[in-house]
Amino acid sequence: INHIVHNGGLYKRPFNEDFEETPMLVAVLTYVGYGVLTLFGYLRDFMRQWKIEKCQNATEREEQKDFVPLYQDFENFYNRNLYMRIRDSWNRPICSVPGAKVDMMERVSHDYNWTFTYTGRVIKDIINMGSYNYLGFAQKAGTCQEAAAKVLSQYGAGVCSTRQEMGNLDKHEELEKLVARFLGVESAMAYGMGFATNSMNIPALVGKGCLILSDELNHASLVLGARLSGATIRIFKHNNMQSLEKLLKDAIVHGQPRTRRPWKKILILVEGIYSMEGSIVRLPEVIALKKKYKSYLYLDEAHSIGALGPTGRGVVEYFGLSPEDVDVMMGTFTKSFGAAGGYIGGKKELIDYLRTYSHSAVYATSLSPPVVEQIITSMKCIMGEDGTTVGKARVQQLAENTRYFRRRLKEMGFIIYGNEDSPVVPLMLYMPAKIGAFGREMLKRNIGVVVVGFPATPIIESRARFCLSAAHTKEMLDTALKEINEVGDLLQLKYSRHRLVPLLDRPFDETTYEETED
Amino acid sequence: MDIKSMKNYLYWLYCQFELITCSYLMEPWEKLLFYTFNVTMLVMVLYTAYIFVPVHISTAFQFFLHLLGNQHENTVSVVK
Repeated sequence: INHIVHNGGLYKRPFNEDFEETPMLVAVLTYVGYGVLTLFGYLRDFMRQWKIEKCQNATEREEQKDFVPLYQDFENFYNRNLYMRIRDSWNRPICSVPGAKVDMMERVSHDYNWTFTYTGRVIKDIINMGSYNYLGFAQKAGTCQEAAAKVLSQYGAGVCSTRQEMGNLDKHEELEKLVARFLGVESAMAYGMGFATNSMNIPALVGKGCLILSDELNHASLVLGARLSGATIRIFKHNNMQSLEKLLKDAIVHGQPRTRRPWKKILILVEGIYSMEGSIVRLPEVIALKKKYKSYLYLDEAHSIGALGPTGRGVVEYFGLSPEDVDVMMGTFTKSFGAAGGYIGGKKELIDYLRTYSHSAVYATSLSPPVVEQIITSMKCIMGEDGTTVGKARVQQLAENTRYFRRRLKEMGFIIYGNEDSPVVPLMLYMPAKIGAFGREMLKRNIGVVVVGFPATPIIESRARFCLSAAHTKEMLDTALKEINEVGDLLQLKYSRHRLVPLLDRPFDETTYEETED
Repeated sequence: MDIKSMKNYLYWLYCQFELITCSYLMEPWEKLLFYTFNVTMLVMVLYTAYIFVPVHISTAFQFFLHLLGNQHENTVSVVK
């Protein structure tokens, strides 16, 4: 019997999130694998030092050998002994538009991934399960491309100035009004780079004497922005509302560390969809907490804008909440809109302040006109203002693809992290040799996947991350699932031992948030 | 073809061993070194087992038999 109450009625639909625990045997074997590789790493380092083997990685010059060593830490050890062995799964050069299918240049390495040479052959029509192409707007033909080509012939490609000087085009004004209308906020501002939107605007919003409460697994741009601002940063456990409430209570009761004065501002940094876990933020609870403790909320919708919600307006629409409750809505145009750049939306006073005080507005070049036109056309398509139902069909197709793909993978027996509705699907691999093997085997079968290991994930939790797209047809997904099944049997990746039940709302348990039936 | 499926299964098991111990990622000379070390250790363990295990088992067996046999005799003599 499944429970009824969804957190006191805050959630209008069930919230199904699952992070299955690592099986003990798999964890032990992963450590064994890393142990063997570490021993061989020490052996190879020894041989390189004593000149038995040629040293191909970066080292200090002869004159600098007595200085403080540059390459002795764990990151560099990992880089030259473990990462180099599986390096051919990353930085693969593609030579076509990264749509549902992509062409890739073939390369071989004769010295175990230290150098690559191109064979000259192009591998065609690889099913692309790695691009952030959620609504399929990465196309080289269609209305978006024609509009962008027309604007390119009208405005050219370069802007050659910052927003505050001579780089404020009428296209930018049009885009910002459209973004504000799309999100349901008073005003918005667009920037040239998504990473820079976070890292350059958080310092403009908070400073010393403010408190930032940031999720454990926040993106590097948010972490960098928080550190640059000079505010005090406290971390709460991933998506854990009890941990966040405890931090808020402590902040209100105790104030600043030495002087006990109240904090000038408390800012909560969360993301809509976390791209490494595939989890969705518990937005109703965060907003309830924010209102109770009178703090501000900064929501980074990089992966969720366009991908969640019945009309693609993001995680706020997905939960049926009002955009007025979120103080700063940030997002990027890179993922669902097939362009580049980021935006921040909110109240008019906030955006007017950012226009003057944001580092990005003062120093960074503004968006390029064809890119702006791509965003405008794709956004109008999603909203349905271009007169067709293509946008709505794409949003629905993505939701269907997500549910189908996740269900099939779970039925096959893989461990999949994250929420049922998130188009980011991490499949757990755990062992280091399987990271390289999975990438290579999938490429042999003409499917391109992104595999992730340390340092982007904890060292034993390496994974393969699939990004679904509205451009994937059911046949492509079926082909991909068949090949994943084959590779899963070949490499023994089907670790899952449980049947799943939806997430139960129960009192805070410090050990695990695994909700399964044994 | 039972032999063929047996050979495929054994090859698959070898692949799993390679993946778990990460010898899939090693260069050929590293693999040689690793396998030589493993095989040497395994042979030494088996040899030690071959020499010592029968002696240990027969000693233990005799010990327990002696213990039980002595007890039985003692009780018999008291009753008498």
